[in-house]
Amino acid sequence: MTTNEIIAEVFYCMIGIIFVLVGVKALRDGGMKRRISTALFWFILGFTFIAGPYLPYWVTGIAVVAIAVITATGGVKQSKSDDPKPEETRKVADKMGYKVFIPVLCLAIFAVLAASFLPFGASNAIGISAVAALIVLFLVTKAPVKATVSDGTRLMDNVGPVGILPQLLAALGALFTAAGVGDVIAKGVSAIIPQGSRFIAVAVYCIGMALFTAIMGNGFAAFSVITVGIALPFLIMQGANPVVVGALGLTAGYCGTLCTPMAANFNIMPTALLETKDKYVIIKSQLPVAAVLLVVHIFLMYFLAF
Amino acid sequence: MELLKLIGVVIVVIGFILKKDTIATVVLAGIATGLVAGKTPVEILDILGKAFVSQRLATLFVLTLPVIGVCERYGLKDKAVDLISKAKGATTGRVISIYLGIRSLASAFSVRLGGHPQFVRPIVNPMAQAAAVVRYGDLDEKTEDDIKGYSAASENFGNFFAQNCFMGASGTMLIVTTLVEQGVEVNALQIAMMSIPIAVIAFVVGVIHNHLLDKKLNKRFQQVAQEEQK
Repeated sequence: MTTNEIIAEVFYCMIGIIFVLVGVKALRDGGMKRRISTALFWFILGFTFIAGPYLPYWVTGIAVVAIAVITATGGVKQSKSDDPKPEETRKVADKMGYKVFIPVLCLAIFAVLAASFLPFGASNAIGISAVAALIVLFLVTKAPVKATVSDGTRLMDNVGPVGILPQLLAALGALFTAAGVGDVIAKGVSAIIPQGSRFIAVAVYCIGMALFTAIMGNGFAAFSVITVGIALPFLIMQGANPVVVGALGLTAGYCGTLCTPMAANFNIMPTALLETKDKYVIIKSQLPVAAVLLVVHIFLMYFLAF
Repeated sequence: MELLKLIGVVIVVIGFILKKDTIATVVLAGIATGLVAGKTPVEILDILGKAFVSQRLATLFVLTLPVIGVCERYGLKDKAVDLISKAKGATTGRVISIYLGIRSLASAFSVRLGGHPQFVRPIVNPMAQAAAVVRYGDLDEKTEDDIKGYSAASENFGNFFAQNCFMGASGTMLIVTTLVEQGVEVNALQIAMMSIPIAVIAFVVGVIHNHLLDKKLNKRFQQVAQEEQK
């Protein structure tokens, strides 16, 4: 292993430990439903992060299937967390002031600095910034060390199993590639993209992302399918800058999210929260912006990528 | 039977439309795709496991959670509220635009503001409504609904289009891992930097949109006032 790979494994172990701690938190919560299956989910996940690279890959494959079975049967619930109380945070906030933003700003800024100036790679930079920001956090807040454990696991528990969706989708992309799914989509799409027309290819990709995202209500899932099927053969293989295509591809999908009741937690549930008369008022106010931004995406991608 | 290979895509689409468990849907789609392509179960588990292990970086955001969690305990959200409350006295559209700016910045720095329940309902919408009442007097239901819609929309604009500016965001890492898995070398820093232009454009478009809301309300209530005078 190279130095960078070893550093990466250290960070994956830290993530694995956080997963295990979320499982332990569930085990300790005597009153919760599905306690055992919840703990099992987090333990298996933690295990794949820590031990995955040293085992035959099919073992991790089985682990992935196992966690899917657990979530499919509704086996993962949130355990009781020590949520900060509004009165308490208000009191501390008044004392701390805007200083409380410093550690969070450090997270983002250190990541960019570490990626630009340290030789450990952009992914490791995220881990390095997390550790450095943690040190800043202790200096600024004087928080006890155990707070990082309880608050870190609390947030992870809030995010829940869906946090590993991007990683799973990347794995799905690998299976799609092995099966040649991209080629099949590419063959179908080549009927509507004239040979060598870069602009139409960009437009088809952006609109395809928005459309698929609107249908599924999830930009991540659309991205893994449409990028492999359309962006790779018709844009990236044709010399488009993959950084531009990737970055704008996902946000083009979000234009679709703005238009769809399928993205209920963004567009429909808040109307109940706000007690609106019209259930679709959020979508209606988003439509013009979504349309403008989709057109912007197409032109921006075309001009920046080629 | 080329088309049969698309079964995985079909499963993902149907699974997400029917709101089935997302993780199980994705894993099922992968297994079905592998089977249709003539892979043995062990081969499928191997590919799945290998990709899952090699793409663990997609889940790197977990490392940022302890810092953000502790900052929440020390008043992160309360200070964000204080920041927004300074917008008192602005027009409805401007109140919403100020929130859009704060939300975009927060999103770009991976601060989870908690969105609709914690900001839009208790703070942004009441402030935007109050700004309209000060200017136009009593509001009809349609106007109230419009303001609610714009307030909630600004939360989504800021959240969606700025989040990938953070290197460790799960969207950023999804882009990186998806492309790397296909043999295209890109990294998180490149994707985060390339996400800045659209974040800025989305903010500008949102501000114009909110400005047009102010205009629309002006016009609507001018007409009401004129009709009352007649």
